[in-house]
Amino acid sequence: MTAVTTPSNVLGSPMELRTGVARELRVVGMVCQRELIRFARARTRILSGVVQPVLFLFVLGYGLSGLVGTVGGFSFHQFVYPGVVAMSVVMTAMFSALSIVWDREFGFLREMLVAPVDRSTLVMGKTLGGATVAAAQGTIMLVLAPLIGIHLTPLVVVQVIFLELLMAVAMTTFGVFVASRISKIESFQVVMQMLLMPMLFLSGALFPLNGLPNWLAFITRLNPLTYAIAPLRQVIFDAQHLSVEARAHFSSSVTWFGWPLPIWFEVLIVVVFAAIFFALAVRGFSRTE
Amino acid sequence: MLAVEVRDLKKAYGDVSAVKDVNFDVSPGEIFGFLGPNGAGKSTTIKMLCTLVRPTAGSARVAGFDVVEDARRVRRHIGLVFQEQTLDGELTAEENLRFHAVLYGVPPDQIDARIGRVLALVALTDRRKDLVSTYSGGMARRLELARGMLHTPRVLFLDEPTAGLDPQSRILIWEDIARLRSEEGVTIFVTTHYMDEAENADRIAIIDHGTIIALDQPDALKASVGSDTIALETADDDAALLSLRAAGYAVERGESGLTAYVDDEEAEVGDLMAAIDVRVRTVRVHRPTLDDVFLHYTGREIREQLGEGAGNGFARAYAARRR
Repeated sequence: MTAVTTPSNVLGSPMELRTGVARELRVVGMVCQRELIRFARARTRILSGVVQPVLFLFVLGYGLSGLVGTVGGFSFHQFVYPGVVAMSVVMTAMFSALSIVWDREFGFLREMLVAPVDRSTLVMGKTLGGATVAAAQGTIMLVLAPLIGIHLTPLVVVQVIFLELLMAVAMTTFGVFVASRISKIESFQVVMQMLLMPMLFLSGALFPLNGLPNWLAFITRLNPLTYAIAPLRQVIFDAQHLSVEARAHFSSSVTWFGWPLPIWFEVLIVVVFAAIFFALAVRGFSRTE
Repeated sequence: MLAVEVRDLKKAYGDVSAVKDVNFDVSPGEIFGFLGPNGAGKSTTIKMLCTLVRPTAGSARVAGFDVVEDARRVRRHIGLVFQEQTLDGELTAEENLRFHAVLYGVPPDQIDARIGRVLALVALTDRRKDLVSTYSGGMARRLELARGMLHTPRVLFLDEPTAGLDPQSRILIWEDIARLRSEEGVTIFVTTHYMDEAENADRIAIIDHGTIIALDQPDALKASVGSDTIALETADDDAALLSLRAAGYAVERGESGLTAYVDDEEAEVGDLMAAIDVRVRTVRVHRPTLDDVFLHYTGREIREQLGEGAGNGFARAYAARRR
């Protein structure tokens, strides 16, 4: 073997790379920012994220209003409105996790996974980005409120955005967890449809949770989405000055054995679910490569 | 300090050994070519060096750090360009680079300067603001080279950087590689199964069935398999043979003419022709290529092994189309 002579000026001084908390936070921000850039560039996705819930609101809402009737000046399409906002958030959140499967297919996931960064940092960035996008999508739905006679104050809007974010974080981490286990886009979509529809239908998004048969009531209480949607509805309904009659008919709170859960408790449940999904998602990614 | 130091490195998947007791060193600033057919163990070796695969036995140090004990440090000091494209087509070139810079901890105040610098190195400055989805395959690859250099790595690993690209793009990429070495002083570890491209490396290791079967500078490797030859057909081979031998050339007589063995066919063909008195009908010169080297050491041609490579090319094209 012959030795090789190399130019004498080789090895320019490599730069001092940053480590530590501030840098991990910058990574979270960057991963999140990428989601936002991609969201802003995908106009058709934004549009389709609006159309579907609007369809539910007007077709299902007005369709069933005739059947359910108006109680105490409040009708079914007004009842279903917070659920439809939530639906918009949930669907966007879950499908923003789809981009992970997409990234895997196109190799970009690899670029992220080989970087000298903690998996939890990446999952956090992805979650934050997906959740922001989902909350934005849900907030777009708020412009429909005046059209269907829902009254919003600035305070309510702030509360709603906060609850949307919370719901979005929980559902994005859930989606990221599912995505960490699935490598094909086709199977992700199938799995998501299989999970998403039952979760939405069994969450109280589309019908009141009071007066359900016991077995169905039980299943809805196991669904994390139930506890994410109820506070949203409570906050919006509180601003509507409902009559006692309407309040009783269109119940907005979740009960455990007759005990109505306070909002903070529901929020806590969602936070716990989000933390569990987050841990599972980080674990899911630690296994790959 | 060596850029790469590999000692008895082994990787087995179950009963199958992908890499068997590999040993080699790479000096700082060297372009080191890793040559072999698909399935020879190139990718497994590069993955072990990049800390993506854990060795079964043996050790490797990259940029002075152990790939098992100090994996995180290794990753910060290497640049990686994979065989498959790993860019985000929905982001611009600049956004892709910024993403990478932040992930690798490039100091925030240096990011802009560094992005400008690496884009200039691969001559993509004027495409900075364009979406990567509008890039050709060769441009995307060059952008990946630039990205690999963003965090000033000591060693840049390139896994089949030219696979599936057109000849012009391949030339451009090798020019870029040479420029990265000369201007940034980076050590380059590059795998390829294109024999002609391996010539661009300072040294080449030929790997087959998980073992390094030859390692040297390209010229030395070629010299090791035989000298240059000049094959002649003349009006009177007997007379030509005599006069050539009289002039001191090593000549043999074959079925269809004469074969002279020389050190350097280019320098000697003129003198040799002048030494012959009879009319020369044809002259063919041959200098051993890396194909001959591969054939010599493995007993077969590398082209026979390319079935898998063609498959990869298709997968790339397919992925590119779906994008």
